Amino acid sequence: MVQTTWLRMKRSWELYLLVLLPVLYLIIFQYIPMFGVIIAFKDFNIIKGILGSPWVGFKHFTDLFQSPNFPLLIKNTLLISLYSLLAGFPIPIFLALALNEIRTGFFKKSVQMITYAPHFISTVVMVSIIILMLSPHVGVVDRLFTFFGWSDTNFMGEPKLFKSIYVWSGVWQEMGYASIIYIAALAGVDPSLYEAARMDGASRIKKILHIDLPSLLPIAITMLILSLGSVMGVGFEKIYLMQNSLNVSTSEVISTYVYKVGLLGANFSFSSAVGLFNSIINLVLLVSVNAIARRVSENSLW
Amino acid sequence: MLTKSKIREPFGDRVLLVTIYVLLGALTLTVLYPLLYILSSSLSSPNAVVSGQVWLYPVEFSLKAYKSIFQSSQLMLGYYNSIVYTVVGTFINVSFTVLMAFPLSQRMMAGRKYIMILMMITMFFSGGLIPTYLLVKNLHLLDTRWALWLPSAFSVFQVIIARTFFMSSIPTELQEAAQMDGCRDTRYLWSIVLPLSKPILAVMTLMYAVGHWNAYFDALIYLRSEHLFPLQYVLRNMLILNAADPEMLANTAQKLRDQGFEQVLKYALIVVACVPVLIMYPFVQKHFVKGVMIGSLKG
Repeated sequence: MVQTTWLRMKRSWELYLLVLLPVLYLIIFQYIPMFGVIIAFKDFNIIKGILGSPWVGFKHFTDLFQSPNFPLLIKNTLLISLYSLLAGFPIPIFLALALNEIRTGFFKKSVQMITYAPHFISTVVMVSIIILMLSPHVGVVDRLFTFFGWSDTNFMGEPKLFKSIYVWSGVWQEMGYASIIYIAALAGVDPSLYEAARMDGASRIKKILHIDLPSLLPIAITMLILSLGSVMGVGFEKIYLMQNSLNVSTSEVISTYVYKVGLLGANFSFSSAVGLFNSIINLVLLVSVNAIARRVSENSLW
Repeated sequence: MLTKSKIREPFGDRVLLVTIYVLLGALTLTVLYPLLYILSSSLSSPNAVVSGQVWLYPVEFSLKAYKSIFQSSQLMLGYYNSIVYTVVGTFINVSFTVLMAFPLSQRMMAGRKYIMILMMITMFFSGGLIPTYLLVKNLHLLDTRWALWLPSAFSVFQVIIARTFFMSSIPTELQEAAQMDGCRDTRYLWSIVLPLSKPILAVMTLMYAVGHWNAYFDALIYLRSEHLFPLQYVLRNMLILNAADPEMLANTAQKLRDQGFEQVLKYALIVVACVPVLIMYPFVQKHFVKGVMIGSLKG
């Protein structure tokens, strides 16, 4: 047994040579930083280095839990991602169902082409578009508001509006692209199901409810698990660019806080502790949501 | 429509279909309008933009903003840097992805399960921002181009897609025949697997390239020197932090600037930043769709 393994290894030495570089990359750029997480339990000092700095146990974690910012950070992070999920999860499914009902042709192709396009706009450009469209007096949205007699609004400076702007601009940008996966699933439905339904006189609505939706369920659950698993991992890039001093009370999330305290404030240990706390919650969420999904519906990631 | 369906659809179905067409049309216009508005504003006079005359098409057509943009050496350097980052970065990404995915797809390879686990763990847990930053710093990669290439040499997701493709779409008979003729693994990868994998390689290249072109976060963390900044970082300074390049305004009369020329400049900057992606988009759209579909096979 040992010998056959050895023989197989010898025979595929070229494969090991090929995989060497990527594995080295994994070890250096993924596993060394994972080990570097121990600075969350130390008082990191640049001169002493990661290994030489003194241990402080859970000091940074208790600091975090007692910090006055903590409840606000958690609240903003959770609200933003749950709001995104609530708006961003069902809309691509509706879009896919609607597109599935109409015949292939110029109209369908144009709808797909146009709704997929914003996905390729970079975050920087996307946020600039948001700011320009919403800017007071000159932005087109504000002009529309004034046109209808509502008073001038400084949208980006209004803390109450931040989450809605973030979420709905995200829906605008991603709904088309997110629907592709559901369109693919619908294309794979066995045509004989539709024929049988037509024989039995099922209406379009009935076909959607009893054939389309059940066929989307497995992939929809997978997508839901993935998004619930990252509920605490609100993306840094877009929020950071949309932040300003006026809306920071509703826009500060864990990832922007880690960046500001850690890199801008050079508070490496504390900020690593915040990051570690965040990734552990994400991991726990992912594993538990997956377990629930497996029990309830037999669809799960693993 | 009339010739095809001899039996007319029931009334309820027709109502539903009309509703769907109307909703989809409205949705498409909602997506399209902001894009058209930006394009039109960039082609209008500052006066028209600031006084709110532009709604759909350009008012007082002018190309002045575009002329000014191409005078900014900051922006041109950003463009050049982004091209370098995208070309080299994508090359590294695709090579590493193939080097990782191919061995993992070979059933003969002993221990591939462990390499797979080693890789999958990084999908669920990572060191996070600060430890990665400290590593890059200790390796003296800070403020070099390598900082944008090495820390994300491949994406686990892409490796899984490529591996699935290698395992499911390339007939094993080919490998057996090749081995019979004395073809070794590397040669087999180069001469047989890669030519057969062109569609997946195209998709992968596109996804990585768009990622590099649109990225600004790594530049924000790792770069300090102005001559290294990619386009997106330069754009962030100009569009979001409102730091226009003096060179862009050098040849602009004070009167025009007072009228809100910088506003028009921003619209034009957005258009110029999107041009490479927009030119490419119609040709590659179906590849992206295919990529998502291949990925969904083993979701």
